[in-house]
Amino acid sequence: MSGSLAFVFGLPLAVVVFFFGLAAYERRTGVATGGGFFQRNGLPIGLYLVLAVGFWAFFIILLPQLAMVDMSFRPKLPPSQMGGPKDLYTLENYRYFLFGSTTSTEEWNWLHIKAFFLTIGVSIVITLINFAICYPLAFHMAQSATAARLRVLLLLLILPYWVNEILRAFAFRVLLSSGGIINQMLMGGGLTSEPIDFLGADVGLYMGLSYAYLLMMIFPLYNAIESLDTNQVEAARDLGAPWWHIHAFIVLPHAKPGIASGCTLVFMLTAGALAAPLVLGGPRTLWFTPIVYDRFYQAFNWPQGAAYAFILLVSCILFVLVVLKAFRLSLGEITR
Amino acid sequence: MKPGPFQRVMFALYAAVFFLYLLGPLAVMAVSAFNTPQYPQVWPIEGVTLDWFSALFADQDMMTGLKMSLWIGLLVVCISVPIGLAGAIIMTQIQPRVRSLYYLVVVSPVLTPGIIIGISTVVFWRQFTGQTGTRFLYDGVVLTVLGQASFISAYCMLIILARLQRFDRSQEEAALDLGASYPQVFRHILLPFLKPALASAAILAFLSSFENYNTTTFAILSDKTLTTVLAGRVRQGSTPAISALAVVIVAVTIIGAIAYEIAKRRTDAAAARRQRAALEAEEAELSGTPAAAMG
Repeated sequence: MSGSLAFVFGLPLAVVVFFFGLAAYERRTGVATGGGFFQRNGLPIGLYLVLAVGFWAFFIILLPQLAMVDMSFRPKLPPSQMGGPKDLYTLENYRYFLFGSTTSTEEWNWLHIKAFFLTIGVSIVITLINFAICYPLAFHMAQSATAARLRVLLLLLILPYWVNEILRAFAFRVLLSSGGIINQMLMGGGLTSEPIDFLGADVGLYMGLSYAYLLMMIFPLYNAIESLDTNQVEAARDLGAPWWHIHAFIVLPHAKPGIASGCTLVFMLTAGALAAPLVLGGPRTLWFTPIVYDRFYQAFNWPQGAAYAFILLVSCILFVLVVLKAFRLSLGEITR
Repeated sequence: MKPGPFQRVMFALYAAVFFLYLLGPLAVMAVSAFNTPQYPQVWPIEGVTLDWFSALFADQDMMTGLKMSLWIGLLVVCISVPIGLAGAIIMTQIQPRVRSLYYLVVVSPVLTPGIIIGISTVVFWRQFTGQTGTRFLYDGVVLTVLGQASFISAYCMLIILARLQRFDRSQEEAALDLGASYPQVFRHILLPFLKPALASAAILAFLSSFENYNTTTFAILSDKTLTTVLAGRVRQGSTPAISALAVVIVAVTIIGAIAYEIAKRRTDAAAARRQRAALEAEEAELSGTPAAAMG
């Protein structure tokens, strides 16, 4: 156990020493010009910068992630046996995700696998739908709205997002419940004689998820399209380009970083959403995050929960990499 | 751009549907907060009541959770804004060859699902506090603040970085040439320049912390914040008191937004006045009438 403590303190130290070594080397070989870090900032400020960022990067970001990955490869043990002879690295938690408990008769752990792929698939579909919903409005806001109308639109867009995520999901429950206003209208209009179970059919969940992250799509799109020179659109129009040509060959290529940024954000947030599935999901709803949650607080199997969380994290990272590759962008361009 | 009448009608229709989707659910919920039935109901309106608001304020758990959320929000601001500032300054100074790695590390929490941040924070600090004999740090509030600080610091850094990139380093050099010390330059040149960005970072940090659920629900352990209490209430069953809470939040938001707008217009007007006065003074000086410059 003392080995891991040495790692916890040794890693940040090693990285900081490496950084200053690199800086000293670059100065000596003349790659870098100007004074050293502490010379440039003064000792007190320099210390503050290094300590604040060091604490953040290591103790808040990196080490917790490493601890989670480490735990996911360990067996579930009572605290007294942790670090003991039985505390060996194992793939048991990942095996469980694929094949289920050793006593189960099923060949594969279909419940969890299905929930996982459903979550990823639905998140992709919701991302695309949100893009389709948001694009026209973002284009209008960026290219043809007057300043006064833009202010009103921005206010209307931001307003719902001051309301908590859980409350937003709750609003959909009020709206779609069997006695809710949608069912009343459908029945009043004679379209259906019995209330439709929107929530049981997961319609509520998918609508709530799409609703929850609309804003994360519209702002990156708006920012990207706004920087497009209107003259380019005008020129294309004067040269006789049909409207869909203008969008496909001028606006969309220009807005590429914004599209990638919006899509990654919406996908990440949807795949990792916990509030909406808890509030809008029925007992038979398949969604991956509540399963992860239950590993911790119902099965009390933390290593397994860590493994499930790691699976989710890896698939999200893969998704971002694929999007970046497909759009030929760097990470810096989409996190602006 | 001059869209034709058909396109215009189509767009208006689309915009109407879009905003109906965006605002409709909230409007429906708001109405149910004033209706008498036990279950949140919009139609028929059986009677207008404010009982659900008093039920909300009488809810002890909710009020304790609210206090906890406000407290955590303030702590997150106190941690995330200084970290974000340091992160942004380091970003402008770090060697180019390691900059992209550094960027990847500090921006990664923005793209990591919230529950994973919560889980990893709890796992790490449980081990760490156990091994270093600092068990008292293994506390819901501490862990929540640390977990939220991971991505909220990154938001703050991105906001501050955007302004820092417009900073003119020659101001700093001028101050140093005139004999200022490094802490003085930091305190009197850099911080005032970054003030607007620091203020918006602080507001954003507080709001993101206040409404966070995914990270908090893991990191809070046995304590309760407003969002975790709320999630429990919503899962137990629907009551119009929850709608009442949404109405309160929206009302506070609108008042806050209006106050902010008024304050902003006032400072903008003051800045414009100052600029005009400076211009006039300059003109007066150029025309060579010192008396006018005094006036």
